[in-house]
Amino acid sequence: MNARYILRNYPTTLMGTIIVLVFLITALGAEQLAPHDPNWVSPRDSIRTPDSEYLFGADHNGRDILSRVIYGSRISLLISMTSVTVGLIVGVSLGALAGWNSKFETVIMRLVDMMLSFPGLITALAIVAIFGSGIENVIAANMAYHIPQFARLTHGLVLSIKPNIYVMSARSVGLSDFHILVRHIMPNILGPIVVQASLLIPDAIMTTSALSFLGLGVSPPTAEWGGMLQDGIKWFRIAPHVMIFPGACLMVTVLGFNLLGDGLRQWLDPQLRIN
Amino acid sequence: MLSYVLRRLFLSIPTVFLVVTLVFFAFQIIPGDAARMYAGDQASVAAVEAIRVELGLDQPVGAQYLSYLKRLANGDLGTSFITRRPVTVEIGTRFANTAILAVGAIIASTLLGTCMGVIAALHRGKWLDHLLSVLAVGGISIPVFWLGLLLMFLFSLRLHWLPVAGNETWRHYIMPIFCLSAYSVAFITRMTRSTVLDVLGSDYVRTAESKGLRPLIVNARHVVRNALVPLITTVGLRFGYMLGGAVVTETVFAWPGVGRLLVIAVTQRDIPVVQGILLVFASVFVLVNIIVDVLYSVADPRLSY
Repeated sequence: MNARYILRNYPTTLMGTIIVLVFLITALGAEQLAPHDPNWVSPRDSIRTPDSEYLFGADHNGRDILSRVIYGSRISLLISMTSVTVGLIVGVSLGALAGWNSKFETVIMRLVDMMLSFPGLITALAIVAIFGSGIENVIAANMAYHIPQFARLTHGLVLSIKPNIYVMSARSVGLSDFHILVRHIMPNILGPIVVQASLLIPDAIMTTSALSFLGLGVSPPTAEWGGMLQDGIKWFRIAPHVMIFPGACLMVTVLGFNLLGDGLRQWLDPQLRIN
Repeated sequence: MLSYVLRRLFLSIPTVFLVVTLVFFAFQIIPGDAARMYAGDQASVAAVEAIRVELGLDQPVGAQYLSYLKRLANGDLGTSFITRRPVTVEIGTRFANTAILAVGAIIASTLLGTCMGVIAALHRGKWLDHLLSVLAVGGISIPVFWLGLLLMFLFSLRLHWLPVAGNETWRHYIMPIFCLSAYSVAFITRMTRSTVLDVLGSDYVRTAESKGLRPLIVNARHVVRNALVPLITTVGLRFGYMLGGAVVTETVFAWPGVGRLLVIAVTQRDIPVVQGILLVFASVFVLVNIIVDVLYSVADPRLSY
């Protein structure tokens, strides 16, 4: 598989991978990459249009939008990775438990159904209504949606794997439940779980920005894309650049993760591979 | 069929009951004093205590829960902390606005999405398929609030074609409905494309083709009709997510709907309103799921209940 082959057959996956890599590098190297201090207020440069010094222009406080976008990627990465990772660990454990042991199945899956009877953003708003805004609560708000998602998926997958002969033989030779789940079932259901995770990361990035846009997420002055868009809404009649750049970065990042997720799905989902 | 509908309604009671319980107890762990929130910052200690007794907040949690259930059974969702009006009135006056938006967006996205998906699948691998796929992945990636702002900037402020905000005339509906349907159009396009491709590879399509039917007849009678059945589920699920999207869309376009009310209530920590909206949304979601299952059994005669 050389570069040309990948370019011809998987152009969108390649593009997604590049976008995600750029996003990761930007988020991790924000200090090195940002040309200005993201929180430096300079009234003289208020709503300055893009030029050679301020590539994306400045917001109403004269803060450099490019630097704020760069630092904003860090918040998005932190929140999405934390919530998806914790959601995956907790959700997969619960789902596996429910699928494996029918004693817990009813309780766990009832709770899961109940959590998923709200759209993700509504669950997130409910969490914020209870605990208030702020980074930790935004992470909790995302997790409240991710845990049941992973649990439902894993539950179905475990149920579909359980009747297989190799699982029965593992049981009959007396292996422990934990051993069977980890060594025999997990490797067979990992693909769809990875795909789910790759698609929940952009979902978390979007939910986080939506909450901040609604004024209920990461509190200002922390640079966050949704929060920057909320600033933009007040100024976009006279200074549209304030809202264009953060929104474009948000869209490109989400697009990158979606393209990568589609590629992963094609690669990991045996059903699609046959077609 | 009727007995199936009744059974489904009956079976949804525990789910709704659990949601009610969750919504009640989740808001018990809220930091701060609800009586103080209701009374306002300036109220005296005696006034706060009087309100505590009036709202029944001096009772044990179990008793509060029972009286909450009793009031719900009588259609009472409580009183707003901020406006002091019944929550049912607050929601009732706005519900129709959100429903119009959601139903309009569902119709628009179903029509557009299925057409685009069928076209993409029938042109598999051609440039039209690639174009539609790019549009679709763009549609699921664009943030609703950003799309709304861009539309508003272009069509209201620059071109002066459409009004900025509000819901007075039909022209006010165009941008919010477009905005709310963008994600679903993209989602439904992708789903339709893959289901149509599945059907195209099935035995009965090959049979229809090999007995010499014209491609148009095969596509219209055998492919599209069969591919649309699984779509009922997709569209039904999208309807639930419309409620989430409505929160953002209504905020951008200053739309007087339930979604915007929810954001305002969360900002002001107006707990009874938040609880009421959550219950209404969950009930709508459960109800739509039942309708989806019923439609499914109508559309696919192989399923019987």
